[in-house]
Amino acid sequence: MSDNGTGFFTSVADAAEQLAATGYLASPAVATTVFLADRLGKPLLVEGPAGVGKTELAKAVAEIGRARLVRLQCYEGIDEARALYEWNHAKQLLRITAGRDEGWQEARTDIFGEEFLLTRPLLTAIRGEEPTVLLIDEMDKADVEVEALLLEVLSDFQVTVPELGTITASRRPFVLLTSNATRELSEALRRRCLFLHLGYPDAELERRIVRLKVPGLDGTLAESLVRVVGALRAMELRKAPSVAETIDWARTLLALGAATLDETVVRDTLGVILKHQDDVRKAAQKLTPA
Amino acid sequence: MTTPQQADTAARLTGLVRSLRGHGLPIGPAETVDAAAVLDVLGFTDRERMRAGLAAALLRSEGQRTVFDAAFDLFFPLGVGTPEAVRADPPAVPDDPEPPRFGRPDPLRERLRERLAEALAADDRAAQARLAGEVVEAFGRYGTGGSPGSDGWSAQQALGRLAPETLLARVLAALRERQGAPDLSDLVLADEIRRRIRDFRAMAAGEARRRVAELRGPERIAERAVAPTADLVDFLYAGRDQVAELRRTVHPLARKLATRLAARRRRAARGEIDLRRTLRRSLTTGGVPLRPAYRLRRPARPELVLLCDVSGSVAGFADFTMLLVQAMSEQFSKVRVFAFVNRTAEVTGLLRGGDDPARLAARILAEAKVTGYHGNSDYGSALGGFVEHHLDAVGPRTCVLVLGDARNNGRDPNLDALRRIAGRARRVFWLNPEQPSLWPTGDSAALAYAGVVEMHSCRNARRLGELIARLLPV
Repeated sequence: MSDNGTGFFTSVADAAEQLAATGYLASPAVATTVFLADRLGKPLLVEGPAGVGKTELAKAVAEIGRARLVRLQCYEGIDEARALYEWNHAKQLLRITAGRDEGWQEARTDIFGEEFLLTRPLLTAIRGEEPTVLLIDEMDKADVEVEALLLEVLSDFQVTVPELGTITASRRPFVLLTSNATRELSEALRRRCLFLHLGYPDAELERRIVRLKVPGLDGTLAESLVRVVGALRAMELRKAPSVAETIDWARTLLALGAATLDETVVRDTLGVILKHQDDVRKAAQKLTPA
Repeated sequence: MTTPQQADTAARLTGLVRSLRGHGLPIGPAETVDAAAVLDVLGFTDRERMRAGLAAALLRSEGQRTVFDAAFDLFFPLGVGTPEAVRADPPAVPDDPEPPRFGRPDPLRERLRERLAEALAADDRAAQARLAGEVVEAFGRYGTGGSPGSDGWSAQQALGRLAPETLLARVLAALRERQGAPDLSDLVLADEIRRRIRDFRAMAAGEARRRVAELRGPERIAERAVAPTADLVDFLYAGRDQVAELRRTVHPLARKLATRLAARRRRAARGEIDLRRTLRRSLTTGGVPLRPAYRLRRPARPELVLLCDVSGSVAGFADFTMLLVQAMSEQFSKVRVFAFVNRTAEVTGLLRGGDDPARLAARILAEAKVTGYHGNSDYGSALGGFVEHHLDAVGPRTCVLVLGDARNNGRDPNLDALRRIAGRARRVFWLNPEQPSLWPTGDSAALAYAGVVEMHSCRNARRLGELIARLLPV
């Protein structure tokens, strides 16, 4: 089993500890799943609302493994040439004009060589000799066709370039895909991955996160703040505040020098955590003393 | 060689997978093998790690999580019989076995409530879990010594005795005292305590399910007692919590459907060759059609008219569909929503201005004139009223969706009115939340209406999503 894996972690506890050492406080479920992805050598599909630390997780893993982080940012219209590889046409043309006298055979074998291959993130991650973390970010933004492209990479860690043959990874990268679930990813893709839903942390964990990221904030204030954010998440809002917003809010309160969470402070700073006018109004109603 | 213990693990794992499949989760043998590899790596020392690991290998979306958790508790139970911790340190059972009556002191109950209040105030999950075990053990048993199959464990009975809801004030007081100076978070404290109590109830329910599963076998209990995923809940029988959960899926579902409709639109927009223009163009290249010309589509989005029965029996269905259509409104050039019980009124404005979707149905009943002289559904006069007053809402680009169970209380179905709507509209579909086998029964006029317009059975949110993605013209 272990020769398939990336071998960054030795146990679940080790994963949790090392993640914490890089400043990423992971819940037990997250630590377990990351450890499994590492040990079983399977890609990890992380889904969840925006701002809960999906991308940060990849960065933390890369830091732990002292690995190179190769990032493929997906967007609508991304294609093979942007994700996998591309031939450097201009250079190929130059090469052909430079060697005017040579025969067709020579030129052909030459211009489809390594020198003229532009590697894009997927191929870079596969070919790397050093430990690599491949982050495929916001997979749901890409078109369905790109998913098919990924299947070979994700299941066998290899890429087939027709002119060169199949390139297999000499060293498996740690692959992490993120998705905001704006689109249903295909079954074929999901089947090849371990699945992790990264939701909002529980109150205890969130308090620890706030304490770690905003150390200057008063303890009781942090507790109140986390409690209010938790209550806002339980309401039916258009966009519930996520961890990133909690931290922003904590920083704001620290900057304002607020000692307690009173009505004026909350009213003035609610815009930091809520991004829709409807939500702000609804929350203000809830947080007004009767 | 497999040891008996390995064989037992394999049996539990396959049992879990089978019951998850029974609840509509697509899990193939490859995933089962992955799950086994997960157990091999993680070992059996930490149950929560096993839970997380198996979830990672078997699940494909967060919506499947509740089903998985309940099934996991049944197939990989925390223990057998009385919870370990309780057995090691049994609570003092009162000597007096007589069941308590009103007005009689009940020291065991008081002690449990005392400890639960403390655990809730401290947010101590481990203590709460232990208490859930104790409470079910103490109060949950019924039908002892009877014939096999008649005894069991009931969380309902246990929680009824304990009444954890009534602890709210006590926990609040304890927390406020500890906190000192109150601030604004005080306002949401009660909500949080209520949430903790709800979690405790769920723990007790899980505990009771586990005890029953020991008596009857996990397969049977998993089949019945595990609630289905939200998108498979029948609209007609959805409880309050399930309706709330469904409502939370409206926006993700709307986004998903929007991309699906966009994909259909893209496909429809390309690929059709315009023969006349291709031939005309080929004249410039000596009659050889080098550059084909494609038919251009007018970039016009369809209009949508929704006609919803909002009477009590089908309100959940209408409610959900209205919210969904509202969330998808940018997919259509115009959306108009009409509601009726026995009179038709336009509610598009109510839907748009509303800030609290939970009270939408109540608002429609209160503010729109959807009932006449009586409160029963009457499709005939509602359709008639629509034709009379609002027929101009329907044009050649309009798709009309009629939502309702077509239970007409034996009145005239007024098929003519529906025919007139169908004659003007581009497409008309009827979505019926009842299953087709019920259509010919009772006072349903479904078959009569189905003869006029296309009728589809639409019992849950998943089916509704499929129908909308497939049926609506792009």
